[in-house]
Amino acid sequence: MQCENICDTTTLKIMQSELGITGKKESKLRHNIHVFLCIACLNLLSFLLDCPGTSSDQAGKSSACQGCPNQSICASGATKAPDPAIEEIKQKMTSVKHKILVLSGKGGVGKSTFSAHLSHALASDSSKEVALLDVDICGPSIPKIMGLEGEQVHQSGSGWSPVYVEDNLAVMSIGFLLSSPDDAVIWRGPKKNGMIKQFLRDVDWGEVDYLIVDTPPGTSDEHLSIVQYLSGAGIDGAVIITTPQEVSLQDVRKEIRFCKKVNLPILGVIENMSGFVCPKCKNTSQIFPPTTGGAQRMCEELNLPLLGRIPLDPRIGKSCDEGKSFLTEVPDSPAAAAYQSIVQKIRDYCASHSASDVSC
Amino acid sequence: MAAVGILDVDLCGPSIPRMLSVGKPEVHQCDSGWVPVYADPQQQQQLALMSIAFLLEDSDEAVIWRGPKKTALIGQFVSDVAWGELDILLVDTPPGTSDEHLAVLENLRKHRVDGAVLVTTPQAVSTGDVRREITFCKKTNLKILGIVENMSGFVCPHCSECSNIFSKGGGEELAKLTGSAFLGSVPLDPLLTESLEEGRDFLQAFPESSTFTAISHIANTLLNSLNA
Repeated sequence: MQCENICDTTTLKIMQSELGITGKKESKLRHNIHVFLCIACLNLLSFLLDCPGTSSDQAGKSSACQGCPNQSICASGATKAPDPAIEEIKQKMTSVKHKILVLSGKGGVGKSTFSAHLSHALASDSSKEVALLDVDICGPSIPKIMGLEGEQVHQSGSGWSPVYVEDNLAVMSIGFLLSSPDDAVIWRGPKKNGMIKQFLRDVDWGEVDYLIVDTPPGTSDEHLSIVQYLSGAGIDGAVIITTPQEVSLQDVRKEIRFCKKVNLPILGVIENMSGFVCPKCKNTSQIFPPTTGGAQRMCEELNLPLLGRIPLDPRIGKSCDEGKSFLTEVPDSPAAAAYQSIVQKIRDYCASHSASDVSC
Repeated sequence: MAAVGILDVDLCGPSIPRMLSVGKPEVHQCDSGWVPVYADPQQQQQLALMSIAFLLEDSDEAVIWRGPKKTALIGQFVSDVAWGELDILLVDTPPGTSDEHLAVLENLRKHRVDGAVLVTTPQAVSTGDVRREITFCKKTNLKILGIVENMSGFVCPHCSECSNIFSKGGGEELAKLTGSAFLGSVPLDPLLTESLEEGRDFLQAFPESSTFTAISHIANTLLNSLNA
């Protein structure tokens, strides 16, 4: 195979195992494997050479393409055909009114905690249907936070049924497909992307007012895939979570750039873990200090709305560990008030905006 | 003094350069490859660092790469950086069990990998993910050197009351449950987070603090297990 000249054998073997191709199947699927592997090789090559990219207008035509063994494939346009799943997902999403992504650049800032509580708060209006989709494939926390550990997903004629926390609050996560809390999902990008496609295309969400999508930290496969697969259906926007310190803001700025690059509107930024009030002496400590002005200054500089600041409260983590809603457990706390104020801003945004087309 | 290298393979969120206050130096090439950036103020070349942050023109630039591209760069980081003589190479990874983790392991296979240190916070939501990371280590034959419980309690600087903001004890329980060594706990400490923000060496600045004791204990336990 020509790809052997480009990829080292380790990478080739990994790609072959991703496809589940054994020696016997190889000869039948040779052409398709070759095209798939070549597209994957080109992803590698584009870092190493000045490849214009397989989906660029210059694919196969630029001077950098001369001598590339895959030039004719790119030039034929085979690499630019859109994934049919995008149209299928667009059709599926016609019953979903609003779609919101919860993003951050950094891990551990409270995305899943926020996604879960946003869902609970939106579902407290029993006239609204809410769906929570967890696309953190390697670290699916949503089942635990929603008190749904051990639940399994069922198949019906109309697709996969999500798991219901309340009559009007449905959840989907890879966590429901794993049989043990020790199971690890050791998947590379392509397999994760396939799962996300299935979640969007094959889950029978029904009529939904709000679809909240919880993501892992970063700007990689999961983020590109969710944006790509929803590009036909449109996304209302993204909420970005940060903690006050520069080490977190540094990564959040990258996340903001990502949103701008893929034309994803940003509803606003939330500063989580924003100060801690000692229950004994009532003094406030900045455990994660806003040494560069916190989310407030960053929002001013980048002209983005600061949706709110949520203080650290040990009862939030405790509720999550117990699978309960903090908003129901401790409704009178300053943190719960902060949450409700933020949720109201999100409701207002959705009421006045419709989903926009996102390009990737 | 040990010569230590830090390889930061968190390509989307590279935090180590700021924490070590190395700024944005250029990465130079020498005959044996890329020259790492040295973090020590006295230029004793004891702390070498490589991160994608050094390769980005604009530090706010997002690295929006799918798996294969990340895998390729990590391969280069491992094989093309002229680390020189090192006692220890530490690899900082992003959360998860995906491309970056597989890429590091595959590229380090030809060399000896002593093992992995797993960091968790005390709550069940965190240990729940670390259980999966433990499975990753077992499946890839990566020895687990031990578990660290980070953000383990907060002592109010005003009244010394201890609050378990992210619960307590989950890391130690996880170690017992999975038969791994428990290396120790590190408390939440605003002085530590502030030092990291400013790129100050916390261990130099606050040698009297209990956080210093906790971190030193973990480091010594690790070194002893490596030398055993």
